[in-house]
Amino acid sequence: MITVWLNDIPRPIAPGQTVAMLLAELDVPPRGVAVAVNGEVVRRAEWPGARLADGDRVEVLTAAQGG
Amino acid sequence: MFALGDMEFASRLILGTGGASSLHVLEQSIVASGTELVTVALRRIDTTERGLMDVLRRTGVRPLPNTAGCYTARDAVRTAMLAREAFETDWVKLEVIGDEHTLLPDAVELLKAAETLVDKGFVVLPYTTDDPVLARRLADLGCAAVMPAGAPIGSGMGITNPYHIALIREAVACPVILDAGIGTASDAALAMELGCDAVLLASAVTRAKDPVAMATAMRHAVCAGRLAREAGRIPRLTYATASTSDIGAPAWT
Repeated sequence: MITVWLNDIPRPIAPGQTVAMLLAELDVPPRGVAVAVNGEVVRRAEWPGARLADGDRVEVLTAAQGG
Repeated sequence: MFALGDMEFASRLILGTGGASSLHVLEQSIVASGTELVTVALRRIDTTERGLMDVLRRTGVRPLPNTAGCYTARDAVRTAMLAREAFETDWVKLEVIGDEHTLLPDAVELLKAAETLVDKGFVVLPYTTDDPVLARRLADLGCAAVMPAGAPIGSGMGITNPYHIALIREAVACPVILDAGIGTASDAALAMELGCDAVLLASAVTRAKDPVAMATAMRHAVCAGRLAREAGRIPRLTYATASTSDIGAPAWT
């Protein structure tokens, strides 16, 4: 197992796991979600091919109320 | 119709979604306000209540992502790019805050972020101060509108410097949207009477005792203010001008 930081919380994942696989585990809503890895935006189309590495900092964001 | 970016809207009211007590009340408020554009924020998925996207879909309104909470141009640009992915829109309400007590914009960082985002093809709607020169600089950069604060966010103080809002209207050709500070319906009407093209408000509705009733009031206030602006107010005079003629008045002896 390797460890990524998901929204600042350590999370063990299988080596070779992609962003798309991680999101499937998280049960994210189908729309209104954005992902950044190490501060860089990962576009939706890139999720299936974006492999995560040990120590990656992953931000998973979604729609929230705000002015 | 109100033209903004490449869109036209029947409503000149933009509703912020922050501060609503529940998604149910928010949905009713959106419907009552008649708005077609509502702001949304991006936050970590583990801290957010599900269902906001469903509210937007059911009400048929367009999301306007904001960069709330950003203090630097770098963070605001990154947030805007994430929002573009999340909401599939290149529109952004650009907020770059300079001070945590007043939440007023940081002009230097705001200009930097606006320039970068315009270059990246965003439709940039910057939350700015009531400074007419800064508004002109933002418009010159290619922002789709300028959104001056009437007063600090959530303060409900209304429009503290109406003179500057009127000057901004003269200073730029792009739409002017009064953003922040609105406390009640008369504030929204005043914004429109001063020549603003639209009003963006959140707390005045979401934190009102009866949010749905206030949303209805705002809908009418924006329409009334717009009509009054077009109708043209009469000049302010020091002395009275009789509205009833003296001709034909009876003489009492």
